[in-house]
Amino acid sequence: MNMQRLMKSRELLLALALVLLVGGIAVRFPAFASPSSLGNVFNDTSILIILALGQMVVIITKCIDLSVASNLALTGMIVAIINASAPGIPVAFLIVIAISAGALMGAINGFFVWKLEIPPIVVTLGTLTIFRGIVFLLTDGAWINAHEMSASFKALPRADFVGLPVLSWIAIAIIGVMAVLMTRTAFGRATYAVGGNPHASVYTGINVGFTRFAAFIISGSLAGLCGYLWVARYAVAYVDIAGGFELDVVAACVIGGISIAGGIGSVAGAVMGALFLGVIKNALPVINISPFWQLAISGAAIIIAVALNARAERTKGRVILKKAEVV
Amino acid sequence: MLDHKGTVPVNVQDTNASPGATPILELSGISKRFPGVLALDDVGLKLYPGSVTALVGENGAGKSTIVKILTGIYQPDGGTIRIDGSAKRFATPHTATLSGVTAIHQETVLFDELSIAENIFLGHAPRNRLGLIDWSAMHTRAADMLANVGADVDPTAKLRDLGIANKHLVAVARALSVEARIVIMDEPTAALSHKEINELYALIESLRQTGKAILFISHKFDEIFKIADRFAVFRDGREIADGLIDDITPDDLVQMMVGRSVDQIFPARQHHQGTEVLRVAGYCHPTEFQDIGFSLHEGEILGFYGLVGSGRSEFMQALFGITKPSKGAVRIDGQIAVVRSPAEAINRGIVYVPEDRGKQGAVIGLPIFQNISLPSLSKTSRAGFIRLAEEFALARDYTARLDLRAASLDQDVGELSGGNQQKVVIAKWLATRPRVIILDEPTKGIDIGSKAAVHEFMAELASQGLAVIMVSSEIPEILGLSDRVIVMREGLMVEQFERDELTPEKLVRAAADIGEAA
Repeated sequence: MNMQRLMKSRELLLALALVLLVGGIAVRFPAFASPSSLGNVFNDTSILIILALGQMVVIITKCIDLSVASNLALTGMIVAIINASAPGIPVAFLIVIAISAGALMGAINGFFVWKLEIPPIVVTLGTLTIFRGIVFLLTDGAWINAHEMSASFKALPRADFVGLPVLSWIAIAIIGVMAVLMTRTAFGRATYAVGGNPHASVYTGINVGFTRFAAFIISGSLAGLCGYLWVARYAVAYVDIAGGFELDVVAACVIGGISIAGGIGSVAGAVMGALFLGVIKNALPVINISPFWQLAISGAAIIIAVALNARAERTKGRVILKKAEVV
Repeated sequence: MLDHKGTVPVNVQDTNASPGATPILELSGISKRFPGVLALDDVGLKLYPGSVTALVGENGAGKSTIVKILTGIYQPDGGTIRIDGSAKRFATPHTATLSGVTAIHQETVLFDELSIAENIFLGHAPRNRLGLIDWSAMHTRAADMLANVGADVDPTAKLRDLGIANKHLVAVARALSVEARIVIMDEPTAALSHKEINELYALIESLRQTGKAILFISHKFDEIFKIADRFAVFRDGREIADGLIDDITPDDLVQMMVGRSVDQIFPARQHHQGTEVLRVAGYCHPTEFQDIGFSLHEGEILGFYGLVGSGRSEFMQALFGITKPSKGAVRIDGQIAVVRSPAEAINRGIVYVPEDRGKQGAVIGLPIFQNISLPSLSKTSRAGFIRLAEEFALARDYTARLDLRAASLDQDVGELSGGNQQKVVIAKWLATRPRVIILDEPTKGIDIGSKAAVHEFMAELASQGLAVIMVSSEIPEILGLSDRVIVMREGLMVEQFERDELTPEKLVRAAADIGEAA
């Protein structure tokens, strides 16, 4: 089968699974499938979607960024501290600070991967701990609570704009930007080439290390943005926010058909992978199933997704072995 | 014994009845077919105890295929393998080992992170009464084995810490530990220093003394004549001759290797040499090559011939900006050009189609059109955004020129055959509108039909005024297409031939460092 069609069918499959999941829940709880409820699920999943999109770019280049949740916690704490001590500073400026701080952390990851050629899983496992350690150093473990934050700081993500919260609109805007970036720019194309065949990319004049560096900066910037969004939305900042969330992000990517081996994946896949987890997380409490099942179902979804993707790869192999030249 | 299929020029005697000789191993009528190519056609080979047989042949002669059959990696399509007169089937590498066949490869297949003793006894370690590994027995026996092969190393040391020569010795010790009687050495000296080579010779001598049958594959004539007792020559998958080394001269061997029926037809070319495009002077690299200099003109095909490891590809990689030269200058159209990265090389009009398509050529997973446009995205983009229509137009244009067969341009490159993948890679480079195209082993591993298409295409490129550098180890290709040939050996340019003075003998002599014919 043609790769483009394969990708589409893989995404079609995922969309189908998503519809079936929502449909199945709606059979018992019709209210779950109402537009406002689905809107809530989307809004709830927005941060996961944004982080998954950043992670997607990194994974496509054959790397991984485990530090995103710690990056989020640290940038969230930084903007929360600034807001608490100087409430006059406009929120727009804080968002710029959050994105910049996140980008800087991404650049640190990318630098180690690019210039020192340390395996990304090692680098980001290290920074995962370091970034969260810095949150503790900044605060000595103290919380910053809702009453210490300015009203405008907390209001932005929840503010309604044409029927949807701003948080949802930000996710939608980022989905659009990332879709264009990945399919319509030389950088996007380079990420696929670097992940799909690093050696060939070198001969094609692509700077493999720099492409990965840039991917980490994108992932870091989006994590930084999410740092503000998370702290503002939940109106609290402390050391452990989003603890372990990096695993949800990677899971969303894997369920979304992004190959851990690099070179394969799409924006639509990452978004649907995140939504799949989002639906499970939001629906199970509604239908009164224990959170244990939530973990089990997410885990099963990951394994099924990987198995399906592996099967697709195998079919491709068989065509070559038969020397069946497709004409 | 002479083989009836080859023309053997000299008085090779019938040596079948050499003293005390019944072969340990006897292959007869072995054939092996791969899609599109008959790699071995009814060949035989005999190995005698206490004797070193040199297997000689050009690239593609079938040497490595026979090694793989002997070690159980490939199954022959026909023919028999006899050991001590009884027929054997090597279904797996393990059964070959059990039958006493072991191979020492160019790159040793050992485990860097394990100790030397563990490497020697991997898979058949001595056990104690509890069935656990008996470490002290293993270390004692390993020390004995190592002493036998003359390796002065500590059996508990990690293999990683040894030089290549000592790794070879460990491989030999491993061969002895499984009581191998037939030892295959596939270009064992390719990566060794002088001293190490002499140590290896001594080792081969001691193996001979203990009655092992040794199959020695080498391109180096001096060592063949130094250590081999017998020879066997393969050419184009056929057995050409075998006999005693004392009965022949190096000249005879060259004759047997290259004297071929011309069954490949090369496109007729007129050599119109245009203006100079590229001039390289005094190009040096600290470890890979030294003092490379030549000029290249529009419409010219310049062949680079040499044995594997002669520094041809390493030089090309430096020219293309992947590695850094330590000295030397490149002029493109008379202007000094500093090429620091592949991207700069491409901008300057130099492109490099690397040897290993799988690893270095196409990006499997990306569709055909995206592979082709990859180095040309600046041309198919407006304001930083890729225009799909232009990208497709570019891909369509160049795939049509190359007669690429694919269902559609958004098909994954991984689904194409080798020949068509090669076309995608070439189309990718042509789309950058290069001045100089470097083709490294352009027809390696593709079938004969695709080969002819690639050759024709190279001739056409040259006729359109492109300057072509062709790195090849295949003599027919070099002879059939090049206007000029540079021969490299051990990182140096050793000879330069014009087209009309080229002969296969001269090429082989220059590459293998044999003096003029007597």
